[in-house]
Amino acid sequence: MSVPVIEAERLTKRYGQATAVDGISFTIGRGEIFGLLGPNGAGKTTTILMMLGLTEVTDGQVRVLGYDPVREPLQVKTRVGYLPDAVGFYDHMSALENLRYTAALIGIPPAEREERIRAALERVGLTASTRKRVGTFSRGMRQRLGLAEILMKRAEIAILDEPTHGLDPQATVELLEMIRGLKRDGVTVLLSSHLLDRVQSVCDRVALFQGGNIRLIGTVPELAQQVLGGGYAVEVEASGEGLAERLGQVPGVRAVEGVGPERFRLLAESDVRPQAAAAVVSAGGQLRQLSVENPSLETIYNRYFETAGVQHAA
Amino acid sequence: MRREGSPWRGMNVVFFRELFDHLTGPRMLVLQLLVVLFGAATVYFAVEHMRDTAAQDPLLYLRLFAPPGQATLSFVTVITILVPLMAIGLGFDAVNGEYNRRTMSRILSQPLYRDALLLGKFLAGLTTLAITLTILWLLVIGFGLIRLGVPPGLDEMLRSLVFLLITIVYAGVWLALAMLFSVLFRSPATAALVALGVWLFLALLWPAVAQMLGAMISPPDVRFAALGLQSPDTLAWQTALSRISPSTLYGEVVVAMLNPDAQSLTNLLAQFQGRLMGSPLPFGQSLLQAWPQMVTLISSMILLYVVSYVAFQRQEVRA
Repeated sequence: MSVPVIEAERLTKRYGQATAVDGISFTIGRGEIFGLLGPNGAGKTTTILMMLGLTEVTDGQVRVLGYDPVREPLQVKTRVGYLPDAVGFYDHMSALENLRYTAALIGIPPAEREERIRAALERVGLTASTRKRVGTFSRGMRQRLGLAEILMKRAEIAILDEPTHGLDPQATVELLEMIRGLKRDGVTVLLSSHLLDRVQSVCDRVALFQGGNIRLIGTVPELAQQVLGGGYAVEVEASGEGLAERLGQVPGVRAVEGVGPERFRLLAESDVRPQAAAAVVSAGGQLRQLSVENPSLETIYNRYFETAGVQHAA
Repeated sequence: MRREGSPWRGMNVVFFRELFDHLTGPRMLVLQLLVVLFGAATVYFAVEHMRDTAAQDPLLYLRLFAPPGQATLSFVTVITILVPLMAIGLGFDAVNGEYNRRTMSRILSQPLYRDALLLGKFLAGLTTLAITLTILWLLVIGFGLIRLGVPPGLDEMLRSLVFLLITIVYAGVWLALAMLFSVLFRSPATAALVALGVWLFLALLWPAVAQMLGAMISPPDVRFAALGLQSPDTLAWQTALSRISPSTLYGEVVVAMLNPDAQSLTNLLAQFQGRLMGSPLPFGQSLLQAWPQMVTLISSMILLYVVSYVAFQRQEVRA
């Protein structure tokens, strides 16, 4: 992994008796897109607020770009851009006026302000709405204006809380593409979401949150290996006599499950699609569909908590 | 644990934006119209009332602000009522409005401390009120110049200037109170209602309650009652209690500044200094007399601000 930019160690947040974040540790490298995933109330936003120094840390510590957000919040906030969940702007002001205000707060030199605002608005496709009041903006446009603020800031780290929440599919795709654009600029992106599949495609690594703990952390294939026991699941849809038996004899196949009429699921050590096709044909069967299953984050997540649930019950 | 960096960073940015918002916003326009209308009407009546006696009165310009006799609605009465209303109108959604618009966490994730945000907002509100009141003051003086045709004396100018300054401080007290409620309550409507409730209670009900409580704490002495006088202890309690209300303090400063010939506050001091009864106090003596009230008003403004500052620092920033 590249140079670490965010390091959390036994980070803990308690509200009275309730523990919102329970001693989590993780490291994020420069230029990564890191996803904090999990259900609402799992401690994702609290973790983010602690990284920004917006809420106090009960125990443990976090370093952002080498700074301590509790003692040196201004250093952290100068270098980190934050897009809160359901971001708000001053509705009676235009997009341009809103960004000018933030630019002044950030301390961007007046000579550079206008150019940086213009470039940022162009990147997110809001050039046409520069002088429109933000009150007329749709949710997707507000999210994009929030991203423009981060671009204008030239942040080294972008922290996005539920960036795709409440967006229609088209707006979601556009926003995820802009997040990839941030990565291309060398920005480290940390995003949180409760919609697993939406963000799976952009994240390099993910951390699965539950009940204030990080349960799993790593790349999606790594997690698949860990939770689903690795290997490939190939689905075959074919008709013919004794196909289950023939498929079971294919080298590398560990098990065959019948998942429906004339549908079989092969658990194998490698991608056995060619061999499976050959087996069906040589058995005189008719092959209708053949596919290998990409492990989805949702499957991993559900499977993990199913088994975790069983263990708790036992 | 020490924080690094200046707590004032970004304050002037917040200050100027808030000031611009106040001065251009419709809310301020309405309040200013209200003040100017009421102010103009009362001053007009005062002038009409006293044009005949103009030559004899040495305190002509003070009569514009506080005409003697209770016959008409005076400028001071209108100001005492409208200034808290303006201040509450400017401050009741200062902090909770940012939460409701969901701009708070976005602004606080920029490199500035909460100190700068709160102080910038407070100073912008105070400056707005100061601008409005100064304009109104100038209007009254100007109107007097035109209608009365006599230039104001130095003593009158000094007195009316202190009156202006203390009115701004009085506005600051209510602004700080309104901002405190805007920190404590998440709903602007609740904050506005509570602030207005406190104002009505302190301005209208408290003087009567103070009288009652004072008599309960220290019951009147029958010997004084027999002579038709008030017991000194009872009076002391009643006065002390009534001064909890900023309206009472402000009223006392106004009387000292604008009615130097009034007897209510001055006769005791006058006797010590061998002053002739009924002649007006010099400016220095009036200032001395009102000084404790003025200091109390300034410190209660600062105290209210500090309380809201502490509450705001401890607040969770979720939206």
